[in-house]
Amino acid sequence: MIFVILGGGFGAITRYALGNLISRKNNTPLPLGTFLINVSGSFLLGMINRLFLSHSINQSLWLLFGVGFLGAYTTFSTFGYETINLLIQKKIMTAVIYVLLSAAFGILFAEVGFHLPI
Amino acid sequence: MNYIVIFIGGAIGAICRYTLGNFISYSPGDFPMNTFIINMIGCLFLGFFLTYTKKKFSKELILLIGTGFTGAFTTFSTFSLENVKLIEDGQLITSFLYVFISLGIGICLSYLGYLLAVQILKRKGESIS
Repeated sequence: MIFVILGGGFGAITRYALGNLISRKNNTPLPLGTFLINVSGSFLLGMINRLFLSHSINQSLWLLFGVGFLGAYTTFSTFGYETINLLIQKKIMTAVIYVLLSAAFGILFAEVGFHLPI
Repeated sequence: MNYIVIFIGGAIGAICRYTLGNFISYSPGDFPMNTFIINMIGCLFLGFFLTYTKKKFSKELILLIGTGFTGAFTTFSTFSLENVKLIEDGQLITSFLYVFISLGIGICLSYLGYLLAVQILKRKGESIS
């Protein structure tokens, strides 16, 4: 329990700090912050899950980094909210691109992380 | 101060996700029902919450509940990893359904939350933004 709690707290803070940093430099209509966070988090979760399944890390570290930190670092609800904001602003193409790229790159990078030879 | 409230919200959101995820054991045909339900609840709630509370709640409360709690309660990385597992198991149809339904219903529920907040604000005679 304590590992998920600690990881979740730090994961949320990292998402907020990194999200602010990226959105300040973002000149595109895409919500680049959440996109990069979700894709990098998917990559790292694939990697950490592989380490956990091969017994390179124990259950506590999996709960801390995998379930807690990366689970909280990435977010689905903000992704949904940003998508409807794009739709409300009639930026339909941007919304479609955002949704498709997030899903495709999220799964692709989780796959790459899972198969990284480490 | 921002970091403290986000830490608290994130910690509670993550433990709620973990507990509720373990509690939901129903997964028809290996469909990851727990992550799905968690993400859908989060989408509906955030759509409502952020629309309703704009300029109404303090910044700290929005960061605590919106960015911290709901952001950490829902997860994208687990969604990605579960699809990798389904694809590697050869369950391509389940994976396709999982992606399609999560994105479709997730966006619809975010919008429903937004509409609900707009309706309530209108009824109260308050402006939306």
